[in-house]
Order: sequence, then C-alpha cells, then structure tokens
Amino acid sequence: MTIAAEKISPVPAEPLVRARNVHKSFGSNEVLKGIDLDVMPGEVVVILGPSGSGKSTFLRCINHLEAIDRGSIVVADEQIGYELRNGRLHKLSDRAIAVQRRKIGMVFQQFNLYPHMTALENIIEAPVGVHKQNRREAQAYAMELLSRIGLTEKAHAYPRQLSGGQQQRVAIARALAIKPKLMLFDEPTSALDPELVGEVLATMRDLADQGLTMIVVTHEIGFAREAADRVVFMDGGVVVEQGRPEVVLSNPSHPRTRLFLSRFIQRG
Amino acid sequence: MTERTISPSMDLRDVANAHQPIEWGRWLLWAFVLVVAANFAWIVAWNPNFGWPIVAEWFTAESILKGLSVTLGLTVVAMIIGTAIGLMLAIARMSNDTLFSSLAGLFIWFFRGTPLLVQLIFWYNLSTLFPQISIAVPFGPTLVSWNTNDLITPMTAAIAGLSLNEAAYMAEIIRGGLLSVDKGQVEATDAFGMTRGRALRRIIIPQAMRSIIPPTGNQLISMIKATSLVSVIAMADLLYSVQAVYNRTFEVIPMLMVAVIWYLVITSILNVGQGFIERYYARGERGATDVRANVRMEEPA
Repeated sequence: MTIAAEKISPVPAEPLVRARNVHKSFGSNEVLKGIDLDVMPGEVVVILGPSGSGKSTFLRCINHLEAIDRGSIVVADEQIGYELRNGRLHKLSDRAIAVQRRKIGMVFQQFNLYPHMTALENIIEAPVGVHKQNRREAQAYAMELLSRIGLTEKAHAYPRQLSGGQQQRVAIARALAIKPKLMLFDEPTSALDPELVGEVLATMRDLADQGLTMIVVTHEIGFAREAADRVVFMDGGVVVEQGRPEVVLSNPSHPRTRLFLSRFIQRG
Repeated sequence: MTERTISPSMDLRDVANAHQPIEWGRWLLWAFVLVVAANFAWIVAWNPNFGWPIVAEWFTAESILKGLSVTLGLTVVAMIIGTAIGLMLAIARMSNDTLFSSLAGLFIWFFRGTPLLVQLIFWYNLSTLFPQISIAVPFGPTLVSWNTNDLITPMTAAIAGLSLNEAAYMAEIIRGGLLSVDKGQVEATDAFGMTRGRALRRIIIPQAMRSIIPPTGNQLISMIKATSLVSVIAMADLLYSVQAVYNRTFEVIPMLMVAVIWYLVITSILNVGQGFIERYYARGERGATDVRANVRMEEPA
C-alpha cells in the first residue's frame, strides 16, 4: 500500500527541506528566533512544544503561508518565496509562489474542507483545477484514497455530514491527492473530540510507514513516540532539543523539555 | 405496576402519551385576524372608486405591456452590469493594493452618496457638460471622438445611471459576503497553490453567495421600483405608461392599481426564484442533522 506518490530511495542524499536561521515577527513580537532544521526525504519529524513556542508559525513558513523576515527555507531545491536571478535574490510573484506550493500538501487544525463540495469534489479540486489532471483519472485516484481511509461510502457526503475525524481523514486524502513531496500537519487532532483522535492518528501512522516525508506539529506525545523518526522540541521561538523520539521523550537533556513532558504526563 | 415511583403518589409516565393543551387564545386571535382581513378584502373589492373593471380592461393593454417590458429589461440589464462592476469593485476594495482599494472606495462613496434621480439627470444631460467624448492620451493627442448627443439616448442614460448606482451598492453587499467566508478557506486555497482568480471562482464566491443572495434580492426588488425614476428622462417604463393613460382618462387610482398589481406579480415571482437559489447555495448545510445521526449509528464509538 503506497499512498505516497514519489518512491523514495532508501539512502537519501540531500535533505528535502532545509531551513536556516529562520526569523519571523508579528509586529514587535518575535515568534521565530533563528530556526535551523533539515528534513530528509522519507523522514517523519514531529515538532513538539508549548503553545506560543512558534511551532505552527514555523510550519506555515515552510509553504510560505507566512513570509519569513530573515533566513532561508529551501524545499526540494527551490527557495520558498524567492528566486535567484543573476546572482541576486528576487521576491517571487503570488502566481510563482502558488506554483511552488503545489508540491507541498497541508492538513489544518480546523480541516478547512470546502463545505459546498462533497468529499470527492474536495479531493479532486486541486488535481483537476490546479494540476490539470484528467477528471476521470483524478476521480479514480480519489476513490482509491477514500477506500484507503475507509470512507468510500462517504464520497458523496458533504463535510457537515461527516464527523470531525472523518472530515480530517478526507482533508488528509485531499492533501495526498496532489501527490505531494512533503506533507505538513498543523495540529491535525487538536480540534477533535478525544474519541475521534485515534482514527486520524492511525491514518497518519500508515502514511509514515509508507515513507512519506512528513512534518507534524502536534501535542500527541504517543504519536511522536510511535511514528516519528525525529522529535524536535521548540520553545520560545528556538529549537531547544531534537533527536530520536526514545531519547528526547524518555531521557530529555534540556530542562525545558523535561518540564514540558512532565506537565503532559501529569495531565494524562 | 412495573414502573418505579419517585413518591408514592407519582408514577413515571411516558411523556409521549401526554395530552397537548388546546391553545384557545391563539385560535381566537387567528379567527379575528382572518375575519378582519376578509372584511377588508370585501370592502376593497366592492368599492367603486377602485374601478376594478377599468383595471381589468387596461391590465394587459399593449402600452402597459410595453412599459412592463421596458421596466423588466432595464432591471435585468442594470442588475447584470451593476453586479459585474460591483464584483470588481468589491475585489478591488479588498485588495492590498492601495491604488485599487482607494479608487473603488471613491467610486462607492460618490455613487452611494448622491441621489439616483440626480445621477440619472446628469447622465441624460451629459452633453451639456461634455459635448464631445474622446479616447485620448492624457494631455496628448485624441485617438477617437464621439458626439455625446449621439451616445446618450434616454436608454443609455438610464442604463448607465441605474447600473453604476447599483454597482456601488452591490460592491458593498459582495464585499460583506466575501468577508463572511472563513479565513481558513482562503488559507486552504493558498496552501493548494490555487491562483487568486480560481480560488475566488471555485471556493470563496460560492460560499459567499449564501450571504450575498438575500440582500441582492432586496436590491433587485428596489431596482424594479427604482426604474420608475427613468420616467423623468422620458423612458416609457411601466409607471410612465400608466401615467400616460391616466393623464388622458383621469382614472388615476385604477391605472395605479394596474401598476401596483404588476409590480407585486414580478416581486412574487422573484421571491420564489430567490428561494430556489438560496436552497442551491445552502447544499452543504442540508440534511446535516439527520445524516449525522446515521453516522453515529454506523460507527459505535
């Protein structure tokens, strides 16, 4: 079972995502204070951290939903939002940025499915309308994705007719339909009732197993432990600590990581 | 007795079998209102001053139907042009580009801020202000030139006046609709690399329609009646045709009744149409509750 379109070679040479010294302020509030992060093809990186640590902002910088103030972000050898011409860096037009985003899938906290379209229409919208795929082929692939997430019978349901967990799984299928090189998950389970979190995490775990490159911002420590290749702990706009999940989660070296994890375990 | 009891005197009875109290007050009020309405209808119907036979005689007269077609035609054309310009104005007004947003703001400020009647008269008398209309390089040579009197007929003055005025109001209605769409939707279209135009057309406008349609229905109905203002620039709309008759026959009330009934007929048809359009754009909302119940049954948590 391979949902990920790109077959990834087992020995990755180059990082797919390279972020260097990323700074971002909202007004006088500096949210990101110099983030460095590389993500290898096929790697699953889970970003943890307290609210306000800048982890969601960083994720949104990767596909230029937020423009960064300083530093650089490169995805698949293209600098996001900018272009090098004659040795100088130029800002890209909105249209060119739109083209860059087309290889990156994104899943939102609030799902953001198009409410006036059925699940199937939601999934084929970008493949047909943006990637100019043949409608019939796009529909066939969409049905394949729906059957993998176990929602074939909901193909013609509108988002409001689905439970939160089902909506988020459709949103994941919608992002996969464009055959992305990279998937970004922005707190995908935070808006869900507790009993619906499991089905979404299970879908994401399947994707991780298939070698899709994923960056996941979440509060689900359990998911980080089971599915992540690497856990990145952010606090106060910087990366405090990163490493294998069993190391960072069980034996954190930094006191702030320790404090964060202990609070989580207390909260249950 | 198998039911448990709270107190010895009270059984736990199923409310499904309870009796509804009869609401005497409501029934009486209904009866009273119906009697008054029937009486009023009776009085109006038998009042000779309304001249119902004259109403019937003129209702489908040729001059009246011609006036009606002018009213309908002007309404449709002005509404289509007004909505198209209004959509562009709304997008320009919401743009981050200061030039576009302030130009749109200026247009809306002017055309909402002056009476429609004055605008119509200005358009009609444009030739006294600008005898020639030319396309030219600013401060440079003239490329094409027209005589204003050839361009501005009562018809073009009416269409220009009504549609530009309408555009200003539609711009604000459409802007309100676009603002009502959840920010997350715009973000989703951005994240999927949609172009601005496609995002508007496929995702944002269809959702904005739900809040655009009810005030647009209002605008359409006002427009039908606003077209009667064009009688001042010698356009023979429905009201003008009716006036032309009663100026000769002095049957003022019966002729006005002809116009009133036609206006009500058109408005009623539009109301029905609006209902259908609203239901179409609410399709994502429909049946949410009953289907959700099915979902819960299929997936025991």
